[in-house]
Amino acid sequence: MTASATANAWIRSRNRVWAEWLGALQIRPHRLRVLQAQRYVEQYRALAGDLATARRLLPRSTTTAALESLYAVAHASIDRSSRHGASQLRALFRARIPAAMRALRPTIAWIALLFALSTGAGLWLITQYPDLIGLFASGAMIDKVEHGQLWTEGMFNIAPSSILSVRILSNNIAVSIFAFCAGVFFGLGAFYITALNGLMLGALFAYTHQHGLDGELLKFVLAHGPVELSVMCIAAAAGTALGESLIRPDAPTRRESFQRAASALGPVLIACALLLIGCGFIEGFISPDARISMPVHAAIGFGYWGLMLLFLRGGVHLHATAPAKTQIGFQHRAIESVGRRQHAGRAQ
Amino acid sequence: MAPSVDSEQLRIAGLTGVELSLPIAGPGARSYAFVIDWHIRVLLALAWLLVFWLLRLFPLVASAGTLSKALFNLLGVLPAVLIYLLYHPILELLMRGRTPGKRMAGVRLVTQNGGLPGAGAILTRNIFRLLDSLPFLYLVGLTSCMISAQRLRIGDMAAGTVLVLDTAPSAQSLSRLPALVAQTGLDAGLVELLSELLERWSSLSAEHRDRLARALLARTEHGLSSQALASAGDADLHQRLRALLSAAA
Repeated sequence: MTASATANAWIRSRNRVWAEWLGALQIRPHRLRVLQAQRYVEQYRALAGDLATARRLLPRSTTTAALESLYAVAHASIDRSSRHGASQLRALFRARIPAAMRALRPTIAWIALLFALSTGAGLWLITQYPDLIGLFASGAMIDKVEHGQLWTEGMFNIAPSSILSVRILSNNIAVSIFAFCAGVFFGLGAFYITALNGLMLGALFAYTHQHGLDGELLKFVLAHGPVELSVMCIAAAAGTALGESLIRPDAPTRRESFQRAASALGPVLIACALLLIGCGFIEGFISPDARISMPVHAAIGFGYWGLMLLFLRGGVHLHATAPAKTQIGFQHRAIESVGRRQHAGRAQ
Repeated sequence: MAPSVDSEQLRIAGLTGVELSLPIAGPGARSYAFVIDWHIRVLLALAWLLVFWLLRLFPLVASAGTLSKALFNLLGVLPAVLIYLLYHPILELLMRGRTPGKRMAGVRLVTQNGGLPGAGAILTRNIFRLLDSLPFLYLVGLTSCMISAQRLRIGDMAAGTVLVLDTAPSAQSLSRLPALVAQTGLDAGLVELLSELLERWSSLSAEHRDRLARALLARTEHGLSSQALASAGDADLHQRLRALLSAAA
């Protein structure tokens, strides 16, 4: 039998089978019952066999191309993680975020130190050279302070609290995401953002102190600042860990190492974004409100900070309801590798 | 086995051992999809704001008038912001690695193993948009896409995803070819050529398509004299080819 006769005979024999596969393999497999899913896998296997035959008998033909794309569709449907939305969400908040936070602890401490040092530097700089405030504050802010008013006064008159909150929380989330993503520049981007924010905070406190408004600024910052600044340090620490994955890769290639670190640290960003939503509402509704006293601001600020710690530790039921190891195995391994890398870095 | 890249193809060892080959989408298809999606999400966000503004001017529900200004603004602005920011992650998740723009550009998102990306990967990919969009017009992302082997932007590298060309299985070619081969008795390769020529008939120049049609008819219609074939016009050739296949179908 010639090659073309073999191809013809084979194609004729596949007539009904291919028509059936076209309908069966393009549906979403998660909607199938067990027996139907088993049938789906069997059809996938048979399709692979047909594709191999088609590649041999009909290379570069439209039939082979159609089988290739059907195979790709079926492969994408089969090669996917299981769908357990609720348990995955529980695992995220009770295991993955706390595990990532534990791995990040030393880096957070170093970033917090950098932030404190740069705040000190900002304070010293403006105390010594008040004219340099133009580097950190806008002309409108400087004008207001020189007229004995904090720029935050009258914020309600410019925009309603709701708009203000949305604007603030979007901006804060963007800054923390940027601090994380900028870690791709070998961690330097995260350092730069941390240092710049510290310098600005220190400079503004020094400048308002010179005009007797530092108490007002402290009152404004107290309600949202503890969580907002902590979250910024956490995001920058995650960015630094991301940069470290490129400097000291723990996978065969830097790209794989980067991908592992990004996957392990991504949950931290989700936590940061959620915490910043709360900060945005506090900053829009409570912080600029002159009727609320300083102790209440402090209580809100530190109360929210306490909640943040609890949230990042995975709540109070962490050990009682830890999810199955199989669900989070990979993430744990990746997080552990981030931790190991940091440990090795310290040892060196 | 780790996936390998052969020029513009992502080659993955399938679960059965038969290799899976996916064509990687280039910066052009990627940009085209993004431009469409950007317009859709901007228009959706603006449409929401417009509807909200109209509702504020002409309240349909009496309670709308009693809402505080702050709450009213929040209800107006927040969904618009959410539409703009969550458009990509939510649609990529719901549409199995696609968005309307990606669908129109004929691309889809897959993992390095050719599977469907999960929620974590999609979120990570979209978080890195912030970096890819720097300093303007996605310059970082486009540069990274042009210089990386798999045409990846930084978000894709972080999430372990690849944008591939979405070549939907041609139902017509898979279901028609076996039937045509069975009924015409023609060679499978010849039937494929005939089908393809008819599909592309209008896009080919008259000179080329007539030459191809004559060559194919000479091989299939043995009763047709070479003189009759040479004198057949463009429309006649098209008609004969169609008849050859439709008679079988």
